[in-house]
Amino acid sequence: MAAEAGKIDPMHQFEVQSIFDGFSIGGHQIAFTNSALWMVVAVATLWLFMLGGMKRQLVPTRWQAAVEGVTGFITSMMDSNIGPQGRKFTPYVFSLFMFILVANLLGMLPTGIVGIHPFTVTSHLTVTGVLAIVSFGIVLIVGLLRHGFHFFSLFVPHGAPWWMMPILVPVELVSFMVRPFSLALRLFVAMTAGHILMKVLAGFVINGLNAEALWVAPVVSLPSFILMIGITLLELLVCAIQAYVFALLTSLYLNDAINLH
Amino acid sequence: MDAEAAKYVGAGLAAIGVGMAALGVGNVFGSFLESALRNPAAADSQQGRLFIGFAAAELLGLLAFVVAMILLFVA
Repeated sequence: MAAEAGKIDPMHQFEVQSIFDGFSIGGHQIAFTNSALWMVVAVATLWLFMLGGMKRQLVPTRWQAAVEGVTGFITSMMDSNIGPQGRKFTPYVFSLFMFILVANLLGMLPTGIVGIHPFTVTSHLTVTGVLAIVSFGIVLIVGLLRHGFHFFSLFVPHGAPWWMMPILVPVELVSFMVRPFSLALRLFVAMTAGHILMKVLAGFVINGLNAEALWVAPVVSLPSFILMIGITLLELLVCAIQAYVFALLTSLYLNDAINLH
Repeated sequence: MDAEAAKYVGAGLAAIGVGMAALGVGNVFGSFLESALRNPAAADSQQGRLFIGFAAAELLGLLAFVVAMILLFVA
């Protein structure tokens, strides 16, 4: 929220605050922060959602149909991208997709009105970075275990003339190594940018209402408020798209490791 | 120009990059729709590729946003 009148502070919402100071190991403080709290909330929400839909009734209830819709969506994505061997990794990609989706959506909750400020876990590079490194690590481990050193043929494109290799192999290597960074950066920046935009628009609405001159409220606040409704809908779409893109790219990278092109 | 002002000018210039990414994203979805309407039967099978193209185009615009944020808050 804007601290002093007229000054919009869009970065304050991303501050990690300690809720429970915890203890310190070797000079590093291990604290329970609002980031950790919202991660726990995301996992708890996800758990409740799954528990309600895993009763395996023959005639599914609405809840079970919702859960089956999501699992079926991820399963068909894995099947079409990797093939039958991708089934083993469906649980991982499903958890990844659902955690990112729930964390994104929880960050959009309008509970700030009643004083509970939601924290978007995925708006921090540390969190998305760890998710990306886990995905990349699984790709590396699976690829090296399945194919051994033959895995490095991933860097040699098919059908290219041999004298192009000194150029192509470094390019392929760089594009492979940059994957975890682009994966983490995309999610983190998309969430950060959306929340900054919404906070700035919210600042326009509040400052316009508080302005001395009476004409400011209808001219500035009202259009900003209408725009904000539209942007909120767009952000909900972005939440889902970013979670989907993260899961989709993870499945594509897994496909590289399993089937080696 | 003093350094503080140059930072804000640089951040503003970086915003052009975000607009360029808007062209890219629009192009991805526009071309997809154009060809999907010509051959609706094949459209569903290409949705994964649609989002890969979207992700690639979007990432470059987001990099411009990162540059702006680094100029404003870090540099």
